[in-house]
Amino acid sequence: MKILVAVKRVVDHNVRIRVRPDGSGVETQGVRMSMNPFCKHAVEAAVQLAETGQADEIVVVSIGPKPANDVILTALAMGAHRGILIETDQALETLAIAKLLARVVDEEKPDLVLLGKQAVDDDSNHVGQMLAALTDRPQATFASEITLDEGALTVTREVDYGRETLALPLPAIVTADLRLNIPRNAALPMVMKARSKPLAVRPAAEFGVDLAPRLKVEKISPPPERVAGSRVGSVSELAAIIAADIDAMEAI
Amino acid sequence: MSVLVLAEVDNGVLSPATARIVNAASKLGPVDLFVPGPRAAAEAAASLAGVAKVMVSANSLLADSLVATLSELAVLYPYMVASASSVGKDVMPRLAAKLDIQPVTDIVAIEGKNRFVRPIYAGNALETLVDDQPRHVLTFRASAFAPAASGNTAPVEVLENTVQSAAKLIAAHRTESDIPDLATAQIVVGGGVSVGSVEGFQLIEKLGKILGAAIGATRAAVDADYAPNDWQVGQTGKIIAPDLYIAIGISGALQHLAGIQGARKIIAINSDPEAPILRIADVALIGDLFEIVPQLTAELERLGIKR
Repeated sequence: MKILVAVKRVVDHNVRIRVRPDGSGVETQGVRMSMNPFCKHAVEAAVQLAETGQADEIVVVSIGPKPANDVILTALAMGAHRGILIETDQALETLAIAKLLARVVDEEKPDLVLLGKQAVDDDSNHVGQMLAALTDRPQATFASEITLDEGALTVTREVDYGRETLALPLPAIVTADLRLNIPRNAALPMVMKARSKPLAVRPAAEFGVDLAPRLKVEKISPPPERVAGSRVGSVSELAAIIAADIDAMEAI
Repeated sequence: MSVLVLAEVDNGVLSPATARIVNAASKLGPVDLFVPGPRAAAEAAASLAGVAKVMVSANSLLADSLVATLSELAVLYPYMVASASSVGKDVMPRLAAKLDIQPVTDIVAIEGKNRFVRPIYAGNALETLVDDQPRHVLTFRASAFAPAASGNTAPVEVLENTVQSAAKLIAAHRTESDIPDLATAQIVVGGGVSVGSVEGFQLIEKLGKILGAAIGATRAAVDADYAPNDWQVGQTGKIIAPDLYIAIGISGALQHLAGIQGARKIIAINSDPEAPILRIADVALIGDLFEIVPQLTAELERLGIKR
């Protein structure tokens, strides 16, 4: 049983981002970067499956500039076995990312592909679903529980009405939600060991995929700012305000 | 130039988000609605203004088979649209990749036939995109758009559908309640981890009941098992845009604030005068929620509020 995990390097989720005043984007220079939190849950799920003997190889892949090596090393330190960096300095759209990953799936033939449900930079929530389409595999997105039993995959998903459980044939694509597990912090010896694990760096151009963007980003702007209003001193004042609000709503 | 909209059906009933998506989509052209559900849901869908035709298929479908069906219908439409709900998020990127289209999702504003605005970085920035592809796959955030009027009587066409999914639904865990839908509610009352327990949340629910409000919770409150996961509001939960949001014992983590940016008015009840939520709240009352919430409920009852 082989698992492929795709991970993304993003602005660390604890960083308060700054929109460039010229509208050209969000400042990423000199900003702390780390593995997208949802990808960490995907890596952790793969490592847990390996620890219980359900999987014997975990390959981790990232697409991005040279420093994206760091997030692959993080995954290797958590317990993945080998890494692939598809190197590009170009900002890629999700369709191009999915096409590159589909090539990797062709080469590696994993039984299970795990991804984070979305990246916390562009918040797209596309790639797992697109990869499932391109590789014609069934999908289970927003997973909060994954069980593998003798090749039978069961996934519980977080959906708007609550949760639902799917049975899927392998090979399949699963995307991780936050309640799937608690990702480990790799101990120092594992971090040291990660550096000796195989990591192939391959230029994105080598895959023969059309990477040209389909969309034009016209501008990136800050959201309208909210400011603090008034403070009230008593419950009766607050109740009067709520009552007036409800009157206003019903008038419309 | 017409628009194929994937309607949303929950438990056999047309979801209230669908009226909002239809209204938004009708800015792009006449709407044909595909309803994956029972005939009754299709009849409800046919009454929405802006709908030219309803196609109904009673098969309850998962992402792969739904995409197989939609991609056959899709050849006729320059726009394919759904709500940015857990169904739309699951299905539309798969459909887009199958049709070799880069989707634009979670749209909060339509600025023309091919110019759309969507939030990124958990709503801390807005991206304006121009989509010059010949065909478009889009999802709209329901709470950002007003619902379509009703009174229409669009024709309903039954589609024979035999597509099978490779995956199989083996269990659905539904939180049964008569509380309004979070994503489209006019008033939402939300509780944070300082609500402290399931019993604490019952105080929130009591207040919510008087106000006819939906109930929300922070990720921390859900993780602590004080509230079910489908109540979670925030970057990883639901995005809400009520006229009034009452945040009780919620400090205001970025994660949660991302979900409430669209609220017209925010009232905060918090014991910590330094809580970040107070920097964006329109009205705040500082104090112990366990004293304030029952008093407020009683006071509103006394004022004869009942929705």
